[in-house]
Amino acid sequence: MTGSARLRVDPIACDGRGLCAEILPELITLDDWGFPVIQGDVPGPLVQCAREAVRICPKLALHLGKVPLQKRR
Amino acid sequence: MRAYENIAGPSPSVADRPAGQLPRLLPAGFAAGPASLAEHLGRYGPLPPPRLDRAHRDALLGEVEGSGLTGRGGAAFPTARKLAAVAAQAAPVVVANGTEGEPASAKDKVLLARSPHLVLDGAVLAAALVGTREAVIVVHHSVREILDEAAAERRRTRLDRVRIRVVTGADRFVGGEASAVVHWIERGVPTPTARPPRLSERGLGGKPTLVQNVETLAHLALIARYGAAWFRGLGTSAEPGTMLVTILGAVNEPCVHEIAIGTPVRDVLRLAGGPSVPLQALLLGGYFGRWADAAAAAPLPFSAAGLAPVGAGIGAGLIAALPADACGLAETARVVRYLADESAGQCGPCLFGLDAVAEEVQRLAEGRTSSLATLRRWLGQVDGRGACSHPDGTVGLIRSALTVFAAELEQHAEGWCCATRAGAVLPVPPRGPR
Repeated sequence: MTGSARLRVDPIACDGRGLCAEILPELITLDDWGFPVIQGDVPGPLVQCAREAVRICPKLALHLGKVPLQKRR
Repeated sequence: MRAYENIAGPSPSVADRPAGQLPRLLPAGFAAGPASLAEHLGRYGPLPPPRLDRAHRDALLGEVEGSGLTGRGGAAFPTARKLAAVAAQAAPVVVANGTEGEPASAKDKVLLARSPHLVLDGAVLAAALVGTREAVIVVHHSVREILDEAAAERRRTRLDRVRIRVVTGADRFVGGEASAVVHWIERGVPTPTARPPRLSERGLGGKPTLVQNVETLAHLALIARYGAAWFRGLGTSAEPGTMLVTILGAVNEPCVHEIAIGTPVRDVLRLAGGPSVPLQALLLGGYFGRWADAAAAAPLPFSAAGLAPVGAGIGAGLIAALPADACGLAETARVVRYLADESAGQCGPCLFGLDAVAEEVQRLAEGRTSSLATLRRWLGQVDGRGACSHPDGTVGLIRSALTVFAAELEQHAEGWCCATRAGAVLPVPPRGPR
């Protein structure tokens, strides 16, 4: 799936507060332990919501960036 | 470590070295104990001048690239690419990783205990290649004194222009992960750190850092002496060279051996005296490896390409033989519990997910009420969700167990197990207070 931006969770910083999933349920679901799972890249219309999710994360664990040319590990 | 000290092999001298001769890394002709600097230089000759100008450096980098050497710590990343990435940065530092936190693996400890100078040669050389005079070597506590002595011997003879610092590694499973090694040296905390930035950009003390497994560095020291063509004289064309393997479990003589990559699994087992009892399965690669049916894996070449048909890889060179009368599910459950407990506890899916997964695998192994569907959902939720590959590696091991021990699974669901052997095959350290 292509999009204009990509969300990334810093798994060490993330504490599973779950606010991101409330703001952006279209792209973020929670696993069985309450930690966010990102479903694909952010399409244009949702970029504003994604920015809001990044802003509201109490652990500053969510990052929004460009889609990299190559997948990096 | 005593169990691994029965390494025997042909050919003491590498000075007149036919490419096809083994072992390359481990001394064959010496008595037990580390090779002294004199013995080391007598066997391999001097290291090419460590002060490398730009042209020599590029030539040597080209040689490493031509050799096809890959990391021997388990990830098999092309060494030349890693070297080039760090060499492109200013003021880097080299870390030789001999932590070897995996309880079943002994190859790095044996290499450091027997050929410490070959590893130090490699560290010094890597430092010269990336343009630094600083190398830190992190080793298991059991070989610390040997490395201290070897480093002191080199200082006395003013052999190197590179300052070598020896550090005892953290005795934890995740302590060997590259960013955890850097974290440990810097702050005494053996846990992985978040990336980006990559270590090659910002690592130890904020400097660009090359973290390279000690066996990889030993190979590097030989490539610098004898060249890429010599290195490629053994192994396969896609995966050249030799590698150290740890062979344990139901074999007559558990040991560490050096093999040409691509040697059939059956022949590797023979190096350890062959199976001591009929075998059911082999654990290939390490605790982040894969189970494979013993009969299916025996004729396959021990290489990434060779083991692909059974879904396995060479990992860090571990082969553990599971007897036919042992329970593969019980063995897996024990190792998975250990791995879950060894989570650094930083990432939620690893901390909570692996714990839940380990409990479910334990239930399967004991024939208690359990749900394969739940387990599979959790495996999917844990896979790839950590800062390091700890959850992914553990998930891979479990998935292979569910395939290879499928018949066993059905029996356990009905409340019985055909294993008759008591006692563990795979080593797991005792559970400490947590």
